[in-house]
Amino acid sequence: MADPENAKEATTLRYAFGNVLSFFILLLIGVLAFWIRLFSVIKYESVIHEFDPYFNYRVTQFLTKNGIYDFWNWFDDRTWYPLGRVIGGTVYPGLTLTAGTIWWILNSLNIPLSVETVCVFTAPIFSAFASWATYLLTKEVKGAGAGLTAAALLAMVPSYISRSVAGSYDNEAVAIFALIFTFYLYIKTLNTGSLFYATLNALAYFYMVCSWGGYTFIINLIPMHVLLCIVTGRYSSRLYIAYAPLVVLGTLLAALVPVVGFNAVMTSEHFASFLVFIIIHVVAFVYYIKGILSPKMFKVAVTLVVSVGLVVCCAVMAILIALVASSPTKGWSGRSLSLLDPTYASKYIPIIASVSEHQPPTWPSYFMDINVLAFLVPAGIIACFLPLSDASSFVVLYIVTSVYFSGVMVRLMLVLAPAACVMSGIALSESFSVFTRSIKFQLHGLSGSSQVDSGDASSSTVVAQNDAGKAEKTEDTAKERPSKKSKKKEKGIVDKPSLKAKIERRLLVLPFEASIFAILLLVLLGAFYVVHCVWAAAEAYSAPSIVLTSYSHDGGLHVFDDFREAYAWLSHNTEVDDKVASWWDYGYQTTAMANRTVIVDNNTWNNTHIATVGTAMSSPEKAAWEIFNSLDVKYVLVVFGGLVGYPSDDINKFLWMVRIGGGVFPHIKEPDYLRDGQYRIDSQATPTMLNCLMYKLSYYRFVETDGRGFDRVRQTEIGKKNFKLTHFEEVFTTHHWMVRIYKLKPPRNRIRGKTKKPRSQKTSSTTRTKRSAATKRNPWH
Amino acid sequence: MHIVRGSTARHHTHTAMEAPLGARLTLALSIFAFLSLLTTAFSQQIQILNAERRVDLTSHIVRVFLTLKVENTGTAPATEILLAFPPTQVDHLAVVKAQAATGKRKKQTYVPLDVKPTELPDAPNGTKYFIISLLSPLNSGETATLEVLYILTHSLEPFPAEISQSEPQLVYYHDSAIILSPYHIKQQTTFIKTPTAKVESFTRVEPTNRVSTELKYGPYEDRPPYSFSPIIVHFENNNPFAVVEEIVREVEISHWGNLQITEHYKLVHTGARHKGVFSRVDYQSRPSFSGVSSFKHLLARLPPRVHSVYYRDEIGNISSSHLRTDNRKSELEIEPRYPLFGGWKATFVIGYGLPLQDFLFESSDGKRYLNFSFGCPLAETSVDKLTIKVVLPEGSKDPSAVVPFSVEQRLETKYSYLDVVGRTVLVLEKKNLVPEHNSPFQVYYTFNQIFMLAEPLMLVSAFFFFFVACVAYLHIDLSIRK
Repeated sequence: MADPENAKEATTLRYAFGNVLSFFILLLIGVLAFWIRLFSVIKYESVIHEFDPYFNYRVTQFLTKNGIYDFWNWFDDRTWYPLGRVIGGTVYPGLTLTAGTIWWILNSLNIPLSVETVCVFTAPIFSAFASWATYLLTKEVKGAGAGLTAAALLAMVPSYISRSVAGSYDNEAVAIFALIFTFYLYIKTLNTGSLFYATLNALAYFYMVCSWGGYTFIINLIPMHVLLCIVTGRYSSRLYIAYAPLVVLGTLLAALVPVVGFNAVMTSEHFASFLVFIIIHVVAFVYYIKGILSPKMFKVAVTLVVSVGLVVCCAVMAILIALVASSPTKGWSGRSLSLLDPTYASKYIPIIASVSEHQPPTWPSYFMDINVLAFLVPAGIIACFLPLSDASSFVVLYIVTSVYFSGVMVRLMLVLAPAACVMSGIALSESFSVFTRSIKFQLHGLSGSSQVDSGDASSSTVVAQNDAGKAEKTEDTAKERPSKKSKKKEKGIVDKPSLKAKIERRLLVLPFEASIFAILLLVLLGAFYVVHCVWAAAEAYSAPSIVLTSYSHDGGLHVFDDFREAYAWLSHNTEVDDKVASWWDYGYQTTAMANRTVIVDNNTWNNTHIATVGTAMSSPEKAAWEIFNSLDVKYVLVVFGGLVGYPSDDINKFLWMVRIGGGVFPHIKEPDYLRDGQYRIDSQATPTMLNCLMYKLSYYRFVETDGRGFDRVRQTEIGKKNFKLTHFEEVFTTHHWMVRIYKLKPPRNRIRGKTKKPRSQKTSSTTRTKRSAATKRNPWH
Repeated sequence: MHIVRGSTARHHTHTAMEAPLGARLTLALSIFAFLSLLTTAFSQQIQILNAERRVDLTSHIVRVFLTLKVENTGTAPATEILLAFPPTQVDHLAVVKAQAATGKRKKQTYVPLDVKPTELPDAPNGTKYFIISLLSPLNSGETATLEVLYILTHSLEPFPAEISQSEPQLVYYHDSAIILSPYHIKQQTTFIKTPTAKVESFTRVEPTNRVSTELKYGPYEDRPPYSFSPIIVHFENNNPFAVVEEIVREVEISHWGNLQITEHYKLVHTGARHKGVFSRVDYQSRPSFSGVSSFKHLLARLPPRVHSVYYRDEIGNISSSHLRTDNRKSELEIEPRYPLFGGWKATFVIGYGLPLQDFLFESSDGKRYLNFSFGCPLAETSVDKLTIKVVLPEGSKDPSAVVPFSVEQRLETKYSYLDVVGRTVLVLEKKNLVPEHNSPFQVYYTFNQIFMLAEPLMLVSAFFFFFVACVAYLHIDLSIRK
């Protein structure tokens, strides 16, 4: 640094070059995040995936067709017949409003994309946004290098890909972006103490509340971090600015979302934030008092306040506890309770336990979903402690809590993924900087180490920038508020004090060969990650689940498009107002694709209603007919995989129907369907099982396909082969038998007196008693 | 010589099974004969020496070939020949074509003649007429041979109207054994061809006989004008009754070299309605007995060099389709999502691109014209309503269409990618079409080449201003305090 002018020019140029480079790297990361999610479109087609996205798609269609006001007031009579559902008040509107806005903008620019296309590509677009948000977040924590690495990792993390492939039009797709962006703005406010960012933070939180129920994670994590900061003596006015406006504005904004409403202040999920809000004010007040009083006076004040405060606190706590305890679930919703106590759901709420994504994950699923990141996370945590700042303590807290939550519910792996990416990004970037610095030092050590400083500049800025936040703040009072451009100059100033650290670090260099080898290993690890992610995106997570494909022996592609075949048939060949009963899994798809009224759907808000359908499915034909008839059902749809070996069919889900049905109507007993605790449909099965509606509708005339009725999913011959249906008739079965639709036969005009023939005396009497029992317990009578 | 077709005849179809046919026929005949005396004023100068009619009932589209040998018995030369149709047939009449046979037996050539619907003031009982204009006037005593083809849709009535999966489809065909004509016919014969030899019943108007798939009515000698003798043929017809209720074809011209066609179909099986159970196991294991009248394949004949073909409906791609291309034609074999039984409906969209140079030409006066085929590309289907929308490039002017038959025309405006003033859309509508309508039509318009650059320039300038804004933002310090 002989000539300061020259050096300054050189660093300016370096910054400019670095910025341009980072910009292009970010652009490419965005492109990568978008493109890696298009495997589903290329391998299959541009179509909405799975179950929930169909509902979101249908809502978006309604929104684009009828406008925002009709959307808020939408009462949907196509579902939960005869109850209906108030869509505007029970849906998180963020995703639909986002896609609707995109569609509206495109159409007002005369780009006539269909609503479906916009919906299909919303998730990939928001993945790109999410990776950029990750860059911003990690940059705030550990500098631009770590930011870029973390963004690249997030762009292709399989866990996130599984929820955001093109066509996976679900809340999580935009919510993860909102989550990361809210965290970024929180950290940014924490680092700068700017009210501008605090306001933005509240808005980002509002968007998150609009998008996903997972917003409660934010409103619990941030108070936890604030508390952590206070406890560890890191309280500052920046912390206050970062937190207080978020709680006030955020809660007010959250209460604007109809689905949240007064829950924002009434439910236990939000109490932590209010408690911390009070604490931070107390702490702020204490700091303020401490500033204006002499130490002696302060001590007196403390004793006074603590004694009075304790009494008041006890009173308030007692009232609160009494209030919370008076509500049956202690003010917590079932899903949140099962978060805290993983066994809660399986014990009390079968409907929550029955959803596969609410199960706890297995170890392989961690490796599948975050892959090598699982090994890099510990290194990242260590890097966060060198040195520990407000920001890095936040990400440490984030990863710890999200690891816990992901262990409870496989769905929350999605929340873990960004944290793991941030941590791994920090770990990778830090280790690269250590190794490259070692190499540089060794190389320069050979040729004389006069010019090390300039080489070190890049890595030291990482630390420098981190310090910059604090440095800025301390200088703020003395100096003018730095404008955007003068900030860069300031970094040059901050470089100087870090010189000391640099000398210390020179002692920490590694041997040359070891560094080279370690870098090679890291690159290999990264390459492995990339290969795994591409494989996961292409093979594991791109199937839309409504279309199945298999390769035949000669390499030809065989398509199983039975679901849409059935839905198209329903939509074209039944009356518009016909009601279709099926297990709730297919409710959203039936309303969206077939446009028919369903009894229950994937929004499992009414357990009794679902239990009624479950009871009907597990009852004998006559009783089932009566339940369905009382619900005005005209068609019953069952999914049957036995012919082609499709494992997630209704027979495999049947025990859940029995359990959920039995939970409300006790005459359905699970042991009646199990032989010695085993679930089976072969000749050993119980008579209750072989006579229930689900069995009959699934296997009706199945034996005629191959002569012996061999079920390819259960790998066994079915128990009861030849039987007739008396109250239902088959009206449609798809090409591969995967969907079978039955129609309820109309009731007979008159009941003949002599129904009881002598030879069928026994059976008819048993059905009669059962029937009378069923009618009594049927809630629709 | 049809009279009260509107009431009696339709009533007749309903009562056909109960009432003996003979009694009703004689009654009807006597009324016809009586009326024919009243209305014979204008047509006396022409008589038909020999008429032969061949009715083809093999598909659901009824094709009738009529060979008339006409003679001018009057004194003045005749320039026009009239064809008469009962009003119920006119509603279903898709095409009437006529041609005159000229030359001797060996080197006989056919010249198409102009056929127009016309109204006559004293038409008995709503009889409708078509007028054939002869090429050269028929002088007194001369004879001429005319070949007439007319096509009827929706003229086979399923009976029973509802069948189950295992039953074959039986239909009624109503017509007259004697050709309805305003002229005296000296000798006439009618042949009716059924798809199979399975004919349940047919009205006898002696002499009548049946040889396997052919029914022969006649020959009848010296029938006065407007003679009519209703007949019913009840036979088995398991051909697919594929009817496109509505098709919207959108032809979008891009001067960058592509012609994009999007066709929206509403398909329905108009045969006997399916009732009761649909059993997949029967359908799959006994295809020759089960669901014989249903269909699951359709063939679309597309122009050669077709590319980017897709076949989908509102819920996504339909995977069951095959495309065969060679250099003369392309054939797209499509399967609806499910087999169509009587009364079942399906909707789908077919889209494809074509090279522009095969269809867009420049006429001698500097105008451009599109030469494209009218009608529905699906083989052997009738279309109830067809709408063709020709989307011209932005900036096109003076569109005009030349169509070989009468259509409704109007103009619309469509906004597509980055349009500012919108594209002119010429909309052509026609009802009741059959495959015979697949003849080329032309759309003429003027277009200035410079408009092609409008959209790229717009994009370029948008990006330019974006970058300028970015540069400006980076160089302006907006902070209030220094």
